[in-house]
Amino acid sequence: MSLPGQLSVLFPLASGLGASSPLAAVLPASDSALERLPLTLRGLLTGWLPASWQWLANSLIAIVVLIVAFASLFALLTLAERKILGRVQNRPGPNRAPLPFLNLRTYGLAQPVADGVKMLTKEDIVPDGADRVLHFLAPIALLAFSILTLAVIPYGRLLVALDLDASVLFFFAAGAATELAVFMAGWASRNKYSLLAAMRALAQLISYELPLLLSVVPVVLMAGSLSTSVIVERQGEWWLGFLPRWYVFTPWGLAGFLVFFVASLAESNRSPFDLPEAESELIAGHLTEYSGFKYALFFMAEYFGMCALCGMAVTLFLGGWQAPLPFLSFIPSYLWFAGKLLALLGVFMWIRASFPRLRIDQLTRLAWKFLVPLALINLGTTAFWSLTADWAGLLQPLRWLIAAGLIAGPFLLLGRNLSKGLGPRTYRYAA
Amino acid sequence: MSVGPLQLCLLFSSALFCVGLIGALSRSNTILVLLGIELMLNAANLNFIAFWRFGPNPAAATGVIFVLFSIAVAAAEAAVGLALVIAIYRHQKNVRLQEASQLKG
Amino acid sequence: MTTVLLCLALFTVAAAAVAMAMRNLIHSALLLVASWAGIAAFYLWAGAEFVAFAQLLVYVGAISMVVLFAVLLTRHSRLDFDREPETRGRVRLALFTGGAVCGVLVAAVLGTAPSSVPAAVPSLTVRQLGLALMGPHAASLLAVGVVLTVALLGGVVLAASARHSDPEDAP
Repeated sequence: MSLPGQLSVLFPLASGLGASSPLAAVLPASDSALERLPLTLRGLLTGWLPASWQWLANSLIAIVVLIVAFASLFALLTLAERKILGRVQNRPGPNRAPLPFLNLRTYGLAQPVADGVKMLTKEDIVPDGADRVLHFLAPIALLAFSILTLAVIPYGRLLVALDLDASVLFFFAAGAATELAVFMAGWASRNKYSLLAAMRALAQLISYELPLLLSVVPVVLMAGSLSTSVIVERQGEWWLGFLPRWYVFTPWGLAGFLVFFVASLAESNRSPFDLPEAESELIAGHLTEYSGFKYALFFMAEYFGMCALCGMAVTLFLGGWQAPLPFLSFIPSYLWFAGKLLALLGVFMWIRASFPRLRIDQLTRLAWKFLVPLALINLGTTAFWSLTADWAGLLQPLRWLIAAGLIAGPFLLLGRNLSKGLGPRTYRYAA
Repeated sequence: MSVGPLQLCLLFSSALFCVGLIGALSRSNTILVLLGIELMLNAANLNFIAFWRFGPNPAAATGVIFVLFSIAVAAAEAAVGLALVIAIYRHQKNVRLQEASQLKG
Repeated sequence: MTTVLLCLALFTVAAAAVAMAMRNLIHSALLLVASWAGIAAFYLWAGAEFVAFAQLLVYVGAISMVVLFAVLLTRHSRLDFDREPETRGRVRLALFTGGAVCGVLVAAVLGTAPSSVPAAVPSLTVRQLGLALMGPHAASLLAVGVVLTVALLGGVVLAASARHSDPEDAP
């Protein structure tokens, strides 16, 4: 048996890598050529290989395409973020970097290239007495785990890099491992401010991991599966023939989506939860002792994590690659996914431009006293929703009313208590 | 004498168990002793999976379910154990196991 | 098939052994995390996908954090690493005991005849696992839930008690 064939026997789940989802076997005949375009292109590239090598080549292509696509998205996002922030703050943003050799300014479109060159040519400084191995490993581990999380998101009807039976669990297992990299970065720097900042970052990450996971449980409960592609399939029906049955359009789905969204803002260190590396207050938190390309790698990992969480939010609540209206499904599914992903990333930037940063006590209070109880109540509401699935006729509006009340009541109560008894903070050592 | 995959798995878990045992017995730091015990627990889990995979009746998921429960209990054990370590540290200002010999104080 | 297993086993055991022999506690903890990840890879190799991810989530994600926080919250002096005569004797004794146990286990494993190996990886979907957990094992699942809750509360109580009597907290 040749080597790749042997490998596919060794790791049974690896055989899913690069291949389309098993659903491809029962494809509707209406799949347009546009929908199959990525597969056709891949077939052109690897079709001449013997069958045993083909899946290896397909997996490699899937990995390379994933990394290249998200790396270029990262480059564009940095530019878009600076442009959008500039627009919101009534300034032009970066607009001077010319295209190389052409001296054409094109509204600063070449800014990511300039940034990349700057980062690559900067000196890489490792503090004296730092733990060199861990200092080197931290950005790599962070980036590796963020890329792993990208593997299980269904980007289109036929585009799942790794179609696992337990892919939601895989996503959060790989995501939880990034905490380790943050700790390594802070500890290996041999700088007490880095270490303290890493501890703060860890406290934040652990606190928000809870609501993040708890808000996913209702979706798993209703879809009856931990597989992302099945979850997207389940959202593919229509109410009254034209309203999409995405999970966000149910009471529990809306609450779950909001909790997931807030928690993923905090998980990806985005404003208003960007305490770990608050640019205007701290130096750079656990990244203080990093410079040059390692610093760029940290930022890359942060954007990758943000994209992965947004992609997961789209998959779990916003219908994944499903079209919003039935007659729009002639547009290929991966374009719908890309559109939803970019829209969600845009909201991330909008929020960054609009909200002031939270204090650390407000941050932890929000997680433990508001999001976690809300997510637990949401779980109960989902159980009610699941038990009353066969209510019909007049009972249907009643079901909606009860479910909405079960969410809205605790939301109002918890929200009222969130800042009760909190006067303006008094500072002991400052005026 | 042929060594099948099941035997290899069992040898692997025995080696891991003994590493954990030696660590738990020889180190005086409470945290490392706890980690050695965790390692022994992991070695036992490994055996369950090996017997489920290569055993006569893999359709019964008993091995897998046992490991899931065991992981949950290990998490509880680690949480309580390390809370105890911190309590001991508060009390005697170090985490040397030999000096934790008093019930009151 | 066995080469992958051998590599995994070598990596896991070596990481665990080096971790147990290290002086730097943080390095020990991180190497142990690597060893736990190796065990998760073994579960993946054996076809127990769900258990592998659970192991990764619980050990690499949660327990490692608790361990690292515990290491950082306790101060370590030179004294902890001094090799006193009694300590050296204990290490020797521990090595002897561990070696003896290892010998017994290896002899027992090699002494039994290899059983017939199922050719195919047993398939166990998450759905089957969930049905088994919720059906015949529901009582144990409840018990584990109670144990976890009690352990969580106990951990908080243990770690948070005696806070007021700590003289270092006084301003």
